[in-house]
Formats: sequence, structure tokens, C-alpha cells
Amino acid sequence: MSSYQLPPVWTKLRRHEVFPTFSHDERARYNFLSNLNRFVSTVMAPGNRIAFENRVRPSFQEKHGRDFQDRHELQDYMSKDPVYQAWGALRRSTMEMRQQNGRAAVLRQAAELAGKVCEQLSKGPQNLELKEGFTVPPYLRHVDNHLMPGSYHTEYFQGDVANAANYDSGLFVTSGGMLGSLTDGGGQAIAKWVKETYPDFHPKRILDIGCGLGHNALPIAQAFPAAQVTAIDAGAPMLRYGAARAKALGVHNVTFIQADAASMPEFEDAGFDWVQTTMFLHETGGKAIHRIMQEIRRVLTPGGITLHIEQPQYTPEMSLYEQFMRDWDAYYNAEPYWGHMHDLQPQDLMEEAGVPREEFMQIGVKAVNDLDPKKEDGKVAEDYGRSPIWNVFGGWKR
Amino acid sequence: MDKTQELSGSHAGGPLDHSPIDASSVNDILMAGDKSKGGRPYFLESAETERIMNVAMAVATEVAVLRERLDTLERLLESKGLIDRAAIEAYEPDEASAQERQLWHARYAARILRIFQQELDAIARPENNTPMHRIADEINEM
Repeated sequence: MSSYQLPPVWTKLRRHEVFPTFSHDERARYNFLSNLNRFVSTVMAPGNRIAFENRVRPSFQEKHGRDFQDRHELQDYMSKDPVYQAWGALRRSTMEMRQQNGRAAVLRQAAELAGKVCEQLSKGPQNLELKEGFTVPPYLRHVDNHLMPGSYHTEYFQGDVANAANYDSGLFVTSGGMLGSLTDGGGQAIAKWVKETYPDFHPKRILDIGCGLGHNALPIAQAFPAAQVTAIDAGAPMLRYGAARAKALGVHNVTFIQADAASMPEFEDAGFDWVQTTMFLHETGGKAIHRIMQEIRRVLTPGGITLHIEQPQYTPEMSLYEQFMRDWDAYYNAEPYWGHMHDLQPQDLMEEAGVPREEFMQIGVKAVNDLDPKKEDGKVAEDYGRSPIWNVFGGWKR
Repeated sequence: MDKTQELSGSHAGGPLDHSPIDASSVNDILMAGDKSKGGRPYFLESAETERIMNVAMAVATEVAVLRERLDTLERLLESKGLIDRAAIEAYEPDEASAQERQLWHARYAARILRIFQQELDAIARPENNTPMHRIADEINEM
């Protein structure tokens, strides 16, 4: 056997009752794209550092008599290097192919998927609330996050779930399967950490903001079966598919509600013991994020906890090279708030959310991955912005 | 509950058609290739080269898909006792078959590399490279 570390085959993904069906060749396409991603991230991406240290930085220093001032200046010079150019072109191309191939698979069965979801939703108690005339926040309408045409909110026809099904079946490819067989490694990790760190914490009401299709809300609901989880998002296709998926997976203590996190009049003051976001804040906007913090402060009960899984913040301790590499996704994987958001100080955000500085906490958490043959010790080359190792910040409200 | 919000499908009639659609008129072929919002960055010095790279990577994907399908075929046939994969691996064609296969490779290579052959021809025989608008004028006099 080769010592090359293979990504898991796509069929390791657990397919539930509302999951799209994939043909032989559609599966093969995803297997190839996973491998292409792996090569680009483990073989080509490290080349950027070599090019940076060996020629880009020395030639800049020679010319200007100083080092780079910030990541933007570094970006200007790296973007002229052929190693960076080849990596960037291939990374972008791979992402676009992943979207096109995923869309091709789900759009050809869009009507059947909508039917399957509708049927699943009719079983058991209602776990979905969509709002007529709901206004999708402008920061979502302004960009197609992750180069996902139509983003989370676009419905191609009434009852459509195509974009959600694409997200559910394709994130495995983008993440190289490192989030596990249900792509829920983030939610599993935070649930495990909370349970182990605060064994006496028994939340009754949990709010998951920006839940998408509930990848990370479900493991929290499963870890705290006595709690009622409210999962909110702006995207109707995601909520509809997520509610059906939860039923298909037998998780019954989650309700999916369409809501705007910056204004949640549907929820009473101090109504939640735990407010969670997972890889959500960097997909909001520069003004909305502060309104969201105000709303978290209002709906979180004193003595409750709020936690936020994010990529690491850009701090003075983080090298400019790392900031520059992490910025790639902001500009070229269409997550434009990423860079600005990671310039904010999480302590400040949490203070706005009602967490005093002395209660602020920040930890590193790694995805719980049931597909990793070496379990959680598996070492994968750093793929800035895509690695399943996150920064979690938050704290207790007083 | 199931009211449609922000019906923003593009494309029942093509990539520039933004009229709403219903479930029975999803143009999956063109919609699969929808462009996401925002200007597309080009990383290589030449956008033309990057376009070709994108075509080449898509073709490479399809080669991988064919390879996986062939592998499925071989394994299914073997499981039914119809072929022996080890025999495929060990197969060495006889002289005549080997020649036929070489011929196929030669034709294939020549098809793929046609443009290089023709560019060399252009340098070798400049007299054969009169611009077509001039030929049109010339032929008008014939």
C-alpha cells in the first residue's frame, strides 16, 4: 500500500431517506474531485510557503529594504508568483467543478427531491416553520457563499431543496471527508466538549443560529436529548431539507424556524440557556454581526452560555503569510466577510453578546470524525480555512 | 408553510433567462454551470491559458470517471466468472494485435497534437499561408 493519505470514498457518506441519489459516474466524479482537492491542498499548497520564503520575500526585502507590512501587500507580490498562480487557478477550478457536478446531480432530480422531502415532513409532529414574505438578509443576497450559485436561500420552484441537497452531498468532497459520515464533525465536537467540560450544565433550550440544514444542530440535540433545540436560518430550502433530514435520522428535539438572527422578535428575552453558531459569523456582514450579538444578549438567559465555532481570528501573533493564505477563501471562494470578520476581536463581540471579559473563553476544537482511520490523531497537512480544526470562542452570560 | 420565497431561478430558457420556473422545467444542464455572484478571478498570467486549464481539468475528471466505470465493469464480470482480472493484467498481445494497438496509439497521438503539426507545416511552407481575405480577392479574379 502507498503511504499517500487517501481521502475517504464518497460512498462512506451516510445516505438518509431524503438524500439525493447519485449515479455511478456522479459518484466517480466526486471521488476524483476529492483526490484532486487532496493533491492541491497537500502537495501544491505547501509550495506557496517555499515560493514565499525562497524568492518572493527575499526579492521584496532586497527591493524595499523592509519586510511586508500587511497581508494585502504580501498578496500583491505572491499573486505574481507562478507557484501561487497555479495553486490558485487549480483550487478555484476544483471548487467550480465541485459545484457544477453537485448541481448537475441534484437538479436533474429536483422535483423528486422536493417530493421526498414533502413526504418526510408529513410524518410525525411538525418541526418546520417557514415565514411568508420573509426577507433574506442583504449580506446573504449579495454573494453566493462558497461559489454556490443561489446560495442558501434560492428556491428554483415552490418546495425546492436542490441547493440544500447539493450542500449536503458535496461538503464531503470540499472537506475531504474530514467532517465524518454525516458531515457533522463540528457539532459533535462542540457537544462533546460542553458535556465533558461542564458536566453539571443541563440546558433545556438551545438556539442554533445559521443552522443551514442542521449538520451541527443535530449532534447537539442528540447529545442533550432533554433539551429542545431551535435551529434558525434564512434559507428556506436549507430549513425544509434540514427538517426532513432530522426526521429521517430520527432526531425529534429540533425545530427548524426561518428567522433573521439580527432581529428575532419571535423569541422572548432570556429564552435560551445556550446560543450556538457554527461557521456562521464569517458569512454575515459588518453591521449585521453587531445586531446579531445584541440579539444573542437579549435571548440568552443570565447564566447561560454562548459559543461560536470559527476559523482562527487574525491576531498580531499570526504570521502575515498565514493571514494571506487564510484570506484566499474570503476573496476566491466567495466568503468576502471572512477577512474583515477575522480582524475583529472575539472578546469585543462577546462583550456585546453579554459575556463579561472575565468570562470570555477561547479554545481549539478538532472535528469528531468517524471516518478517520486513526480517529482524532490523524495528521493532515494544514489547508488554511478548510482544515477541521477550529477556534471556539464564547463564554457565560452574567 | 410551503410558500415559495425569492423565486430566483435562472434559466428555463438559458443562462440569461431569469424568469421563475416550475419543478418540471428545470434546465439542469445549463443551471448546473450557473456562475456564482462576483467577478471571477484569474490567477494565471493569461486568462486564455486558465480557460484551457479549466477545460483540461474537466476532461481529466471525465477520464477518471471512465476509468472507474471500466473498473466496475471488470470487477462485475469477474464476479460472474466471465473474466479474470489477473489475466487482463498479464495479457500480452500477439504480434498482429500489438501492431493494431500501436497503430491506434499513433493515430490518437496525431489527432491530439494536430495543431503543432500544422504550425510546423506553416513555417516549413510559407507559400501555403496566404491570408484568406487575400485568397478571396485573388479567387475573385479567377
